[in-house]
Amino acid sequence: MSLSIQNLTANIGDQQILKGVNLEVPAGEVHAIMGKNGSGKSTLAKIMAGHPDYEVTGGDVLMDGVSLFEMAEPDERARAGLFLAFQYPMEIPGVTIANFLRAAVQARLPEGEELEATDYYAELYKKMDALKIPRTFTSRSVNEGFSGGEKKRCEILQMSMLEPKYAVLDETDSGLDIDALKIVSEGVNALRSPGRGFLVITHYQRLLDYIVPDKVHVMVDGRIVMSGDKDLALELEAKGYDWVTEPALA
Amino acid sequence: MPATIEEDKPQIDIDRSVGDFRYDVDYTYDAGVGLNEKTIDYICDVKKDPEWIRAFRKDGYRKFLEKPMPTHWATKDLDNIVFENIRYYLSQGTQPSRTWEDVPEEMKQTFERLGIPEQERKYLAGVEAQFDSEAAYSNIKAAVGEQGVIFVGSTEGLHNHPEIFKKWFGKVIPSSDNKFSALNSAVFSGGSFIYVPPGVKVKHPLQAYFRINAQNFGQFERTLIIADEGSEVMYMEGCTAPKFETSTLHSAVVELVALKGAKIQYVTVQNWSSNVFNLVTKRGLAHEDAEIKWIDCNIGSRLTMKYPGVIMKGRGARGEVISIALANDGQHQDTGAKMIHAADDTTSNVVSKSISIGSGVATYRGLVDIPPHRKGCKNNTECDALLINSHSRTDTYPAIVARGNSNACQHEASVSKVNTEQIFYMQQRGLTEGQAMSLAVNGFVNDLVREFPMEYSVELKRLIDLEMEGSVG
Repeated sequence: MSLSIQNLTANIGDQQILKGVNLEVPAGEVHAIMGKNGSGKSTLAKIMAGHPDYEVTGGDVLMDGVSLFEMAEPDERARAGLFLAFQYPMEIPGVTIANFLRAAVQARLPEGEELEATDYYAELYKKMDALKIPRTFTSRSVNEGFSGGEKKRCEILQMSMLEPKYAVLDETDSGLDIDALKIVSEGVNALRSPGRGFLVITHYQRLLDYIVPDKVHVMVDGRIVMSGDKDLALELEAKGYDWVTEPALA
Repeated sequence: MPATIEEDKPQIDIDRSVGDFRYDVDYTYDAGVGLNEKTIDYICDVKKDPEWIRAFRKDGYRKFLEKPMPTHWATKDLDNIVFENIRYYLSQGTQPSRTWEDVPEEMKQTFERLGIPEQERKYLAGVEAQFDSEAAYSNIKAAVGEQGVIFVGSTEGLHNHPEIFKKWFGKVIPSSDNKFSALNSAVFSGGSFIYVPPGVKVKHPLQAYFRINAQNFGQFERTLIIADEGSEVMYMEGCTAPKFETSTLHSAVVELVALKGAKIQYVTVQNWSSNVFNLVTKRGLAHEDAEIKWIDCNIGSRLTMKYPGVIMKGRGARGEVISIALANDGQHQDTGAKMIHAADDTTSNVVSKSISIGSGVATYRGLVDIPPHRKGCKNNTECDALLINSHSRTDTYPAIVARGNSNACQHEASVSKVNTEQIFYMQQRGLTEGQAMSLAVNGFVNDLVREFPMEYSVELKRLIDLEMEGSVG
């Protein structure tokens, strides 16, 4: 059981962004991808989720042995168990968080089965309490007028309601102060389980103090160039990314 | 394994065949095709109209002939109406010759999804000319009748209550108002007549749905509602189900009169099939401290032209128009509001939201008139348009004529698009593209939908879902 990225190449327009990514996240593990801006980290996340702007030119991504690309629409992949916590979550004016999540949970039920409203709210409130989200949150429109911290907490709330098999967290630490970072990290840690894999994309080592990864990968120019344990993140922090791009000189 | 992501994502598939079904129906009594003085005499004879109505109809007919098509400002599509090909009067109570088995499967499924009761489905499908809702209608009638409220069809109104009917009929909207109000004056049949006595507050909304079903009329409806001093009434018209239509021209006239301190709310939800020209004149007259509120939702039709208005005739009168228009592929929703401030300290509010999908066109056309000598008048106008895909078009013509220094007008307009990033975000949570679109649209109109009575707002959401998802099943 794993999320297995195999020699993945992808373009946006004529420009090649991913140049052969290989990476395997077994269920139950947390892997981090670190890299400079523009290295292709966020592109990888969007491609796996099925963003329409990118063209996959080669390779594959298998989720528990099934190719993501056999599922053409992003929603099929989502319902199959892939979750992406967005770096910039979108605002949906007029749609409350409660209604949005209800629709998303309903979409996962078998045809003809109706979500029981009382059960749903009980579950929602339980998970909101765990993330220290006030009840008033449910009646606010999705991400509309949210602070950076609220947006990220809302992403984690969605993840905890939708219970994915594999979750990709794209720069979840950006825009968070230290208190929000702790709450979000606790939320993620609470969701760690033997059956669930995480791919955490981040720019800074700081997040990995709170969400301790099993493995750290470094991405440079559309490829994974180095992998190691959690200490690799600290080494990167100390030596900078240039140390990775010129390993022969190190 | 080949790994590709489809570049050409299909447009949302909107199936306009939902609601666009029709088949031949045998009507035993009709006025034939086309319009002339003889047609009008025929209608008068069949309906046993009093002489003053016969004269009123003929006067309307002459004005209809004199008035030009309003194509100088509205769409040229109006020129495509062939008046000689239209049937202006079909006798009520006749039975169409179709059975439930002939009704298209998609339509049955649409009824299913809208949650329409079994009996009503047959009526809506045109299988039964008369829907047996007499019981429900009688209950309403009995309940309000105790309070002295008159709630009858327009024909019964003019026959049985001429003293009230005659005083106000054609006074708010004269036949000469426009070509279509003149046409309606000539051939009207059906519609409601309501009178609410002084001080009576009608608790339950009066629904035309039951009454019109019982009569099976709607092509040239004529509705007159009079709320006497200090009374309150809410009237609901139409239903969200796609309605079987044999005629392509619908031209209603609705007149409201709110006397001193009275309140009238008029709620419309309409879902026309896409062959219909829906050209409606709606206007209310608000006396001192009276309040008239139009809540209007227009879905479907080939062309809808509808600008509910309020003439604030008495000091302190208030007028309000809340409207939602959805223009799907090939449709044109030309809607708006008219607010005439004819007294001091009058207040009006217009909130309009339109959604254009595919090649659909939504136009907001507003008129706010505050003459220079008026004092203390206020208007607020908000128009928001939502575009779904690049072919869509939206136009706003907010004519605000406010003169004088002691009046205040405020106007806000916005145009937004459902963008691909929003859809992608929602799809990533497991919603299909259609579900995501429909959620975005429902979100856009959400604050206005809340203004509708509960049962309508629920149906409205389902209806938007259906429009957005396109195919049923």
